[in-house]
Amino acid sequence: MAQSVLKVVDIKKSFAGVQALKGVSLEIKAGEIHCLAGENGSGKSTLIKIISGVYTPDEGQIIFGDKVYSKITPIEAIRNGIQVIYQDFSIFPNLSVMENLAFNEELANKRKLVNRKRMKKIAQEALAKINFDVDLNAKVGSLSVASKQLIAICRALMLNARLIIMDEPTTALTRKEVNALFNIILDLKKQGIATLFVSHKLDEVFEISERFTILRNGEKAAEGFTSELDNKKFTYYMTGREFEDKPFVPTNVSEDPVLSVENLSMNGFYENVNFSLHRGEILGITGLLGSGRTELALSLFGIMQADTGTIKIDGEPVKLDSPETAINHGIGYVPEDRLTEGLFLPQSIGDNIIVSELDKLSSRLGIIDRDKKKEEIRQWVDKLSIATPNPDNACSTLSGGNQQRVVLAKWLSRDLKVLVLNGPTMGVDIGSKHDIHQILRRLAEQGLGIIIISDDIPEILTNCSKILIMRNGRISAALTPDEADTQVLARYMM
Amino acid sequence: MNRIMKNLMQRNEFYISIAIVALSIAIQLRSGQFFTSNNIVDLLSALIVPGLFALGAFMVIVSGGVDVSFPALASLSMYATTRILVDTNYQGGILLPIVMSLCFGAILGAVNGVLIATFKLPPLIVTLGTSSVFKGIMQGVLNAVQITVIPPGMSSFGTAALFIATNPQSGLTSRMPVAFLALVIVLLIVYFVLQHTMYGRGLYAIGGNEVSAYRAGFNVWLIKFLLYVGVGMISSLAGLIRVCMMTQAHPTNMLGMEMMVIAGVVLGGTAITGGSGTLTGCMLGTILLVMVENSLILLGVPTFWQGFFLGVFIIVGMGISALQVSRAIKARGALTRRVQQ
Repeated sequence: MAQSVLKVVDIKKSFAGVQALKGVSLEIKAGEIHCLAGENGSGKSTLIKIISGVYTPDEGQIIFGDKVYSKITPIEAIRNGIQVIYQDFSIFPNLSVMENLAFNEELANKRKLVNRKRMKKIAQEALAKINFDVDLNAKVGSLSVASKQLIAICRALMLNARLIIMDEPTTALTRKEVNALFNIILDLKKQGIATLFVSHKLDEVFEISERFTILRNGEKAAEGFTSELDNKKFTYYMTGREFEDKPFVPTNVSEDPVLSVENLSMNGFYENVNFSLHRGEILGITGLLGSGRTELALSLFGIMQADTGTIKIDGEPVKLDSPETAINHGIGYVPEDRLTEGLFLPQSIGDNIIVSELDKLSSRLGIIDRDKKKEEIRQWVDKLSIATPNPDNACSTLSGGNQQRVVLAKWLSRDLKVLVLNGPTMGVDIGSKHDIHQILRRLAEQGLGIIIISDDIPEILTNCSKILIMRNGRISAALTPDEADTQVLARYMM
Repeated sequence: MNRIMKNLMQRNEFYISIAIVALSIAIQLRSGQFFTSNNIVDLLSALIVPGLFALGAFMVIVSGGVDVSFPALASLSMYATTRILVDTNYQGGILLPIVMSLCFGAILGAVNGVLIATFKLPPLIVTLGTSSVFKGIMQGVLNAVQITVIPPGMSSFGTAALFIATNPQSGLTSRMPVAFLALVIVLLIVYFVLQHTMYGRGLYAIGGNEVSAYRAGFNVWLIKFLLYVGVGMISSLAGLIRVCMMTQAHPTNMLGMEMMVIAGVVLGGTAITGGSGTLTGCMLGTILLVMVENSLILLGVPTFWQGFFLGVFIIVGMGISALQVSRAIKARGALTRRVQQ
């Protein structure tokens, strides 16, 4: 058995009375690729911060080799070979690659003056560690996300790292870039450097890691070898719940389509799109980035406008030239990036929910009826089980899944006919994802027409009653879920 | 070659230089007086005070902050220095006044520094506040009035000339003040600090990403604190030079310069969001605004139009940085689209 690089024993930590970690132990061996998984709020990041010395634990031990600590400082963590690559990579976008790489060492050596020659040498040595080729004088801000990450990795390796902790490293990477990253991690393994991979994406956990630890509510839910883990167990350990992936069967389908799209084209984005949606159906639209799926969705909500073709609502042709007209025709849209496009984060959860129905809640003079407003908010918080102690809290205090529910509530508080959702569960953890799917199904049963645009294939397969696949702006196939599986969909997408 | 051109086209310095050249040619064509030795000397002499202010404002903006208190700080410090020296009937040279005003500047700057670095308050709000406080101390506590006779050491420094330029046609003469050396020296010091010390790179680093700077091992508190102390000293020096050159202390006539100075810095390509900008750009932007202030009269433009053109340049300058911000947001949008892949 290889020697352990890091061992933490029975770590406890609480913040303002909330027990974030309730006695967690973790061991990482030299050269091991270990995955730390858990939903938001499970204590993953608290544990990472304790290992890297940012937080001091209330109880427990941190052991590096044969050195036992009850608390450590960030510097001690670094001296013991711990390096953390944060999600934002801790880089300086305005400075050159060279400076980004050399600063840590120059500062560690307490240098006061800048010596570009020495900094260049440090930077070149750092890049050589993973054979990364990049212009030393380029500004880091102009590089791709993947390159920024590689720079962060190079920098981490410079200080004799023995364990590199990567916090959700694949979030902003393309599939190809993820593969390149995994190769580097395997390469580090050969050099005896261990990697602790923080993630809640299960395919990654399976692909790269040898062992895993899953946290749930501040406790260790499971640990073991990845080879012994399967999808179902993983989900169970993460959430403590069992989910059945029952395919969606529409029960309450209207006779006439609520929305039909005929020969819709928009130059350069999509061409000749035809489909219809009945009340009670969930229609899935998938396709690669740039296939026209997003533009089509935006056209249905009046943000972009089609050049030719017709959109009919309840059989009546309508002209959707702005979001306002789309809303008046009963169409709602949940955008891709809910944080910047769909919510007022600093404002209260309640205000976010009722923002689109202020007219309904105010008197003729435009004064808001407070009791009515309160009642309305309470109703939606209950209906969509938004987890908050108080709807007056700012929206930014909610987790991703709960924020997405607020966006839904905002729309549902109007009487909609069609709801278009673009990437409804992106960046949302498994439990909330399941809940959002259940909400959508329930809404469909109540007679709403729903369109989900997503590249999460399992999501489309289990939740939609009809699937459209887009390729290069055209609909390359229209299938039902029982005709389709992952391979079939991939074939039509490529 | 193409790449060099392209690189050049992306830089604000390039456009500012074009604007400066265009404006000078326009003035020359109109008046025939621009490219005369005495006009150039007049311009350089008018550049001293705004130039010093701009160096301070530049460093603060690079670090991701913004300082609007420097005219009030300079006014208070120069007024206190002059008042004390006049009341004690000081007859000595310029050294003591300079040391005194640097001390006042350091103390007042430290107030900004403590509020911003220690209490982590937003620099704009802090300096808006201290600006009012400094003005209040000067006008309320010190009962500031115009001081028409300043100590002889100060006035002789202010009127001492490096050389005198004479216009052969009109016979007008202009003195190049010794104080111009102060601008050159401070410029060299700031250049050295920003480019060749870890402190200076730390300013850029903080302006780029403060959290990363902390994690990399920069002493963020010390860097910020010293920054505001240093800027206080530079601004005070500018205030003192202004008094010496005018040979009288007017408590309020520097107030309001902050907009013009910050506009010059931003026009020169310094990102208002922090982290990027060059000293060349900062100085060019300031030169352009000083030219507008001083040379429109040569164009035959009535003085009240000066305010108009200054305003236009400020809007253009701020417009440039607003554009930068919206570009940055677009770039972030591109990032979120990448996430989808």
